[in-house]
Formats: sequence, C-alpha cells, structure tokens
Amino acid sequence: MAQFSKITSFMAPLPDENVDTDQIIPARYLKAIDKKGMGEALFADWRYNPDGSPKPDFVLNDSKFQGAQILLAGDNFGCGSSREHAPWALTGFGFRVVISTSFADIFRSNSLKNGLLPIIVDAKTHESLFDLTEEAPSAEITVDLNDQTVRLPDGSSVSFPIDPFSKTCLLNGVDELGYILGFEKEITEFEGSNKKYLIGK
Amino acid sequence: MPKTLFEKVWDSHVVTQQPDSPAILYIDLHLIHEVTSPQAFTGLRKRGLKVRRPEKNFATMDHSTPTHDPSLPIADPLAAAQIRQMETNAAEFGISLYGLGSPKRGIVHVIGPELGLTQPGMTIVCGDSHTSTHGAFGTLAFGIGTSEVEHVLATQCLLQHKPKTYEVRVDGTLSKGVSAKDIILALIANIGVGGGTGHVFEYTGAAIRALSMEERMTICNMSIEGGARAGLIAPDEITYEYLAGREFVPKDSEWESALAHWKSLPSDEGAVFDKTVTLNASDLEPMITYGTNPGMGMKISDRIPDPASYSDASHKAALEKSLAYMNLQPGIQLLGKKVDVVFIGSCTNSRISDLRQAAAILKGRKVAKDLRVMVVPGSMQIKKQAEDEGLDQVFKDAGADWREAGCSMCLAMNGDQLEPGQYAVSTSNRNFEGRQGKGGRTFLASPLTAAATALTGKITDVRTIL
Ligand code: SF4
Repeated sequence: MAQFSKITSFMAPLPDENVDTDQIIPARYLKAIDKKGMGEALFADWRYNPDGSPKPDFVLNDSKFQGAQILLAGDNFGCGSSREHAPWALTGFGFRVVISTSFADIFRSNSLKNGLLPIIVDAKTHESLFDLTEEAPSAEITVDLNDQTVRLPDGSSVSFPIDPFSKTCLLNGVDELGYILGFEKEITEFEGSNKKYLIGK
Repeated sequence: MPKTLFEKVWDSHVVTQQPDSPAILYIDLHLIHEVTSPQAFTGLRKRGLKVRRPEKNFATMDHSTPTHDPSLPIADPLAAAQIRQMETNAAEFGISLYGLGSPKRGIVHVIGPELGLTQPGMTIVCGDSHTSTHGAFGTLAFGIGTSEVEHVLATQCLLQHKPKTYEVRVDGTLSKGVSAKDIILALIANIGVGGGTGHVFEYTGAAIRALSMEERMTICNMSIEGGARAGLIAPDEITYEYLAGREFVPKDSEWESALAHWKSLPSDEGAVFDKTVTLNASDLEPMITYGTNPGMGMKISDRIPDPASYSDASHKAALEKSLAYMNLQPGIQLLGKKVDVVFIGSCTNSRISDLRQAAAILKGRKVAKDLRVMVVPGSMQIKKQAEDEGLDQVFKDAGADWREAGCSMCLAMNGDQLEPGQYAVSTSNRNFEGRQGKGGRTFLASPLTAAATALTGKITDVRTIL
C-alpha cells in the first residue's frame, strides 16, 4: 500500500452533500478486472459531456484546481455502493486526501486501504476551508498525519481524528492482510473451538 | 450484562483484539460476485496465497450478466471477460460457483437465503453493500471492499472496528397497499442517507415481527441506504419456518442444536442501544422518492418540498440540484406523472412474494401503451417457481417483459438501462443520478406501486385500485 505521511497542496472544492460512489465512478466502468485507468473515469458523468468533451463548469476541469491533491468534499461523502473502484479512481486521478465532515463507513474503510486519507473536520472548519478555496484557490494547506493536523495558510492548525491502527498502517505503508496473517495460530484455534457453521463441510 | 443481538454475534466471532487495534473478526460465510472480486484473486496470486476455507466461500454471477435469452452470446466483450474471469478464479481456488447455466444462479443476496446458506447468528460478508439483506435472519452481514474480499479469501477473517447500535422500532400495523418497502423508505426519509453512519440497525417492534422473511429482507437490504452497514432482525418462528429443509440448513439432530443456538440470539431484556428511533406503521402510506438519493422520499400523496423552505444551505443546494436533474418542480404531486419504464426487480424486491403481488395487480389487465415494463426475477429458482405458478404468463399477457435472473436495470451494467431523460418507477434501492442508465431518472417505490403504475403509465396510488 502507498505510504502516507505529509502533503502540502491546494484543495479542489466539491461542496455537494451525499456524493455517492455511483457518481465517483459509474457502474459501467466496473467491468475491468484490474485497477488500471480508473482515474480517467473519476466523476465521469459530472466531468464529461456525452461527446466526451470536458464540462467546463465542473471543478476538476477548472484550470485553477488542476493538480490538487486534496479534495474538499461535502457531508457524508462516498455513500452507496461498496465499490473500491471509488478510492482507486480518486488516487488514480491524483488525490491523496479527502476532507469532509463525515464519510460513509465502507468508503472510509476502502480509502484507508489505498493510501487515501479521509479527514473529518467540524462544520465550522469545513466552511472556512470552502471559503478559502473561493478567496484564495491556490492557497496551500499541509496535512500532517504524524501529528494529525491540518495547517492552514494563516499559520493556525486544526487536528483530526484517526484510529491508531490505521495511522500506523498509513505511515508505514503496511497493509492489513499481513497483519491478519500474523495471527494464523489464533485463527486456527478459533476454528477448532467454533464449529457452529460448517455449511460447506 | 444484557446484550443486544448484534453484540452476541459480534462477541462470539472475535478471534482476537489487540490493544489500539480493530478486532480480528471471523467470517462464517463469504459470498462473491464477478464485479468486486477479480482484483482480490489477482492479489492472492501475487502473494502466492490460497483460499483458506474454500467451503465457506460461494460465488455467483449477477451484475454484468445479460437478462436476455441465455442461448444468445454476451454482446459486451468486457462483461464476457469478467464472467470468464469469475469462472477461472472459482475453478483455480476451489470455490463453488453458481455460474451461467446453473439453475441456482441469481442475485447474490437472493440466493444466499434461498439456498439456506444464510443462517441466524452468522457473520456474512460480500463485496457488495447490500449484504445487509442477510441481517433479516439475525446475522451480522455487511458489505466490504475488494481489499477486504482478498483478506477474507486468504484468512477467513476481517479487521473491524466495533460499530454502535441503533434500534429502529416499528410499532403498529401496516394498512392495505402499504408494504415493507414503504417502511424502509419512510425510515430513510426520516433519518437521512447518513443517519445510520457508524451504526448497525436492529429492527424491532410489532410491525417488524408481523413481516414475512422476504419482507424482512426488503427492509434489511436498504439499511445501507440509511448509512448503516448492517441491519438485523431477531430470528423467530417465521425465520425457522423459512429455513427448515433448505439445502445448506442443518438437518435432524443438527437442526435441533442449531435451533437451540438461534433461540439464544435475540436481544436480552434490558439491553441498551446507543440510539433509537420509532416509527408507527399505522401512520404510513405508500412511499415514493422524488430526488436523487433514497432519503428524498415522501408519502405518495405528498407534494415535492420546496428548496426555498430549507434553512440549511447545503440541503437546499442538494435539493435544487436533484430537482434540476429530475426536471421536477417543487410543490407538485408526483401522482399522475407520466413515466417511460417500470422496473420490477433487484435484491430489494425480486422475490416470489414481490412477483406475486405485482402479478395479482396485472392479472387480466394490460400495461399502459408505450410503457416498457421489465420484470426480472432475483434468481433462476424464483424464475422457475414463478413460471410453475403461471406468473410469467400473467406478466406476458399484460404486455410486460419477462427476463432472466440478475441485477439488470438496478445498476444498468449489463445493457438493461434507461435512456437519457427517461423516467422510471423502480422497485430497486438506489435513485442516484445515472444509476439506472446515464441521464435516467428513477422513482423508488414498492412492487405494488410499480404494478399500479404499470397499468396506467402514470404514477399511481395502488390503494385506488385495490
Ligand atoms: S440487485 Fe442492485 S443492489 Fe442488489 S446486488 Fe444487484 S446491483 Fe446491487
């Protein structure tokens, strides 16, 4: 998994609330059997006209926000389907951080497994970040996972929560599968003592 | 200390929990489909890993499979490749597959219960958010991403943080023409699409206890639309009666000991939930959505809310954007609105009882002119049962299209889709922009409302024809 410690970038603002994973990547792009090229399909129906040309009023097509590594999103980002294609599309496009007031559970969990950091901030900070993207679109903020802070251009900083386990995994680029495999003995013991559901026998 | 149903299932599946770490949770049943699994199998190959417990993993194909005549080839080369990949992966890793041609194939959340794979007290996962459906049996069942699919394949375990509990109590009795689908749409309209985030629902109350297993599945299915990853209903006599005799359900003395275990599962007297909400089924009417998320729903006789009446700026913007996409005016009723398509199907409402309800309304009548009506059974077994009961003939005589089993127009990745601008009444679970076809517009409703609408071609209150 991609490691994450600290990045400095300006933000691309997408204030819509309840952005669902069908918007992040529509189902017709889910026929792939690998993870390649998902960035192209990110927000496909909001980003492109039917003829494939970019929609000029969509934030990711706005020249001011080209190259942003931080997506500033509305409340409850990533609801709907469990498709991990959503974080693959976001990271494939170049995002490393999504900031919102809340995330749907499965999206949040999928992001953390793909080196994409979901940051939860309070409503007031959220609003001030949107103000910043309007007043100074090129203003950069620094996300530091080590001390769990977002540093703003005026020098102030806000802290964000993350569970210690996910933090360690992200900082070291460790994936969870390796961790679970380390408990082989415990799993085998559990299987020995729990024989309730031997469905397939 | 008294425990909730969820806590009992959770506690009995924790393999280990290290300090400052999520629990390692044992998974009793892993269901697999063709769309969210290929990259997980690739991951196993890269690491040289096997599937730890192939006998606890079952695969099917449902999302990208065509619903036309099965003797025709699959037109989409990408879908065909994905289907072939599922066949290869299942064969290589020793997993049972209900593939194309299998009489037991179907939507993953329909066949699990149908085959008796889904049993009370289990942990069940699948790379699919509507895994919550299986919670109707008192199982802890939730959707996972593809990385986690790989984890379960390799270890039969998952790392999970313990969610909070949320009691959804539904008292009272449903009136005629009002169904389980209306309960869940009313709940989501009430708490919003993020209302259950971080929680697991447990549905309780007299109105829930009165529901059949199929209706309970409809409710649990859409728990995810309320933001909860899982939704559980305590098992009872209705559950045991449904399970008895199904293929994978224990038999004879094993049935007796399973039953004793299942009867210990319901939440204890005095168990405490982190949150509670109460609905009264007696107050409900048929529901319909007007916007682009399942929380934008109302009683079928209500009027679409006016964004100007919203004080919260982002709610207001969201409603404005939705209504613009739907091309609908605030303040109007949806009753009488002309639609282009009626879709009866999906893991929410494609079971035999749903088809019987729809057929009872369409019997001896004709669907409206210029209306496309698709009926897509949830599994091949349901298809066969419906045909044995003559329901297919009722649908065909009425002028509806009777299809092969699968997800179909629920997510429109198999070629069954709305045209840009078209309106559909759909018994599925998501009305997101473009979900049923790019530019398509969806009204979510019950099978009864869908069938009533099929007759008139306009959104219709089923109670007017009952
Ligand atoms: S029917 Fe729809 S919601 Fe259910 S599994 Fe298929 S695509 Fe998902």
